[in-house]
Amino acid sequence: MELLRDKAKSLLTGGAVQVVIGYAAGSATDRFRPHFARSADDADRLIFGEGCRQNLAVYLLKPEVRAMGKAAVVGGPTTLRTLLQYAVENQIADGLVVALALEDGRVEELTSFAAVEEYLAQRPHGLSDGDRAELEQHAARSQKDRWAYWSAELARCIRCYACRAACPLCYCEQCITENNQPQWVPVASDAFGNLEWNVVRAMHLAGRCVNCGSCAAACPENIRIDLLNQVLAQEAMTQFGAEAGYSVRKEYALSVFKPDDKETFIR
Amino acid sequence: MSESSILQRASLGAWLEAMGRAGQRVLAPVREADRVVFATPSAPDQIATGFVQTPASAKAVVFPPYDEMLRFRANGEDVHVEEPSIAAEPTVLFGVRPCDAASFATLRAVFTWDSPDAWFEARMASLTVISVSCTQCDEYCFCTSVGGGPGSTQGSDILLTPLDDRRWLAEVLTEKGQAAAALAPQLFAPANGEAANKEKVLAHVPVRFEAKEFAQWLPSLFDRTDVWKEQSLRCLGCGACAFVCPTCSCFDIQDERVRDQGTRLRCWDSCGFRLFTLHASGHNPRHVQSERWRQRVMHKFSYQPERLGVTGCVGCGRCSRACPVDMNLGEHVRMLSEMSV
Repeated sequence: MELLRDKAKSLLTGGAVQVVIGYAAGSATDRFRPHFARSADDADRLIFGEGCRQNLAVYLLKPEVRAMGKAAVVGGPTTLRTLLQYAVENQIADGLVVALALEDGRVEELTSFAAVEEYLAQRPHGLSDGDRAELEQHAARSQKDRWAYWSAELARCIRCYACRAACPLCYCEQCITENNQPQWVPVASDAFGNLEWNVVRAMHLAGRCVNCGSCAAACPENIRIDLLNQVLAQEAMTQFGAEAGYSVRKEYALSVFKPDDKETFIR
Repeated sequence: MSESSILQRASLGAWLEAMGRAGQRVLAPVREADRVVFATPSAPDQIATGFVQTPASAKAVVFPPYDEMLRFRANGEDVHVEEPSIAAEPTVLFGVRPCDAASFATLRAVFTWDSPDAWFEARMASLTVISVSCTQCDEYCFCTSVGGGPGSTQGSDILLTPLDDRRWLAEVLTEKGQAAAALAPQLFAPANGEAANKEKVLAHVPVRFEAKEFAQWLPSLFDRTDVWKEQSLRCLGCGACAFVCPTCSCFDIQDERVRDQGTRLRCWDSCGFRLFTLHASGHNPRHVQSERWRQRVMHKFSYQPERLGVTGCVGCGRCSRACPVDMNLGEHVRMLSEMSV
C-alpha cells in the first residue's frame, strides 16, 4: 500500500501525471470505490486489496477525466490489456497514460504501450484455471439446458445498462440500443428484448473483451453475462487467433478485412 | 384507525391460505438462489426472513418495467388502434419493509398529480400492503433521515413487528388492512399492552441528515458545480440506482413497430442516462454526468418535496447497494447537508 501511495505521490508532485485513478475505501469493509487522486493528500487514501476488481481503465475515456490532464491508472493484467486494446482501437495515444501495475504488493510503473506489452508477455495469457473450468462446465451441458439457463438468467435483466457502463470497451458515444430509427434492439425488458440486447452486446465485444468481469460485477441482478463474453473470446481465439489486449498491433477479428479471408461470403 | 393485536407467526400459513381463497395474489420476499426477490411463495416457510433489504424494490407491482399502452395496425390508409384492457390483479404485498410501504405515497403523488394514471390507480386500488418492521439495518439504510423509521406505519395497511420468534404485533391501519385481517379474524388475539414492546425490538437507524430542513436550502447549492462534479466523478451513468429505487418513476415512451403494426410501450427510464435529456436537435441540456447527478439529488430532495409535498427518497439504501462504483446516496446527501453549517 505504501509503495503505491509513494509512487502516486511522486508522479503527482513531479508533474508526470495530473491524476492517479485508483481505489479507496468504500461504504462497507468489503467495498471499494474508484478514487481520483490529484494531490499528495489525495494519494494517502489510495488502497489496494482483494476486492479491488473494477476495471478503472473505463474512466480514461471520460471527458471529465481527460480534462484533468495526463492520468495514471492502477490495476492488474486485465486493466493493462484494456490499455492495449484502446491503443489498437485508436482511443488513447501512446505516452498519454501511465499504468501502475500491481502484483503481490509490488508496483510497476509502465509509461508506454511497449512497456505494457512486455510486462504482459511475461505473464500467463488466456483464461485462469477457474474460469476455464467454469466455461467447460457450461459447455458440457446440453444445448437445451444452456438455453434454459440463459433464458431464465436473462429474463431477470432490468435493462439498466450497468454492464455497458462498467465495461471499458463499451465506449460507443451512442449505443445501438439507443437508436430507434430504425429500432434495432427491442426496448422492453422482456425475455426477447433482453436476449437480443445481451447477445448484441456480447457479439460486439467478441475478440475485444479482455475478461475483466466488470460487467457481471456491475449487474444488480447478478447475471453472469461475462460468461457470454468469455465463450466468444475463446471462439475468436480459435477462429481468428485474436486474443485481445496483448499487443498494440493486434487486429481484432470483427473489423479486419483480408482478401484471403477463409470465409467466401466476405471475399 | 390503528388497532393492535397479536398474530402467531405459525398461523401465517392459514392467513395466506385465506387470502388465496379470497382471490388475492400474494407477493412476498422469497429466496431464489443467492437473492431475495418478490414472488408468490408456495408455502409460508418460503418467505425469506433475516435479510435487511431486497435488491429490487416492489414498485413493479404498480409500475412495471414496461407497460403496453396501445397496439396499432395500419391497413393502407386505415390505422386501427387498440387499447389493451387494464389488468389489475387483487394483490397482497406481504413482508415489505416500512420504507417500501412509504414509497407508494411518492409514486402516488407523481402518478396522480395532474391527470391520474389509469394503470397506476387501478393497480394501487387493488393492492394491500402488509409490511414487517425492521429489527436490523445496514450501513446503507437511512430511513430515519427522510421521515421514516424501522417501525413506521406510513403507507402500510397492516404493519407486523416481530416481538419474538413466535409472535408478531399486528397494527391494522386502514380499511384494506381490516379487510385482510377479517379474512381470518380468529388468528388475531388482543395485544394486551404488548404494543409498548414494539420500540424495543426495532433496529437503530442513525439519523444522517434532516431531509425536511435540507429541502429548504438545497436549491442554494444548485450552482456549486464543483461539488456536483466531485461527487459524480466516479458515476458511470447507468440506470442501476433508478431501476432498483422504489420511488424513481421516470419512464420513456417508445413505439416498437414491425412493418405495419406495433405497440406503444412505456419503459423505465433514468435521469442518469445521457439519452434522458438528449433533444432531437442534438442539444443536451444536461450534457455532463455531474448535471445528471445534481438532477437526481435535486429531484428527490428539493423538487418533489416542494411541488408534490412528498420526499423523493425513503432511505432504503438500494441505490447504494446496487451501484457498481459505490455511489452512496446517504453519504453524499449528508455531505451536502453539512455544507450549510
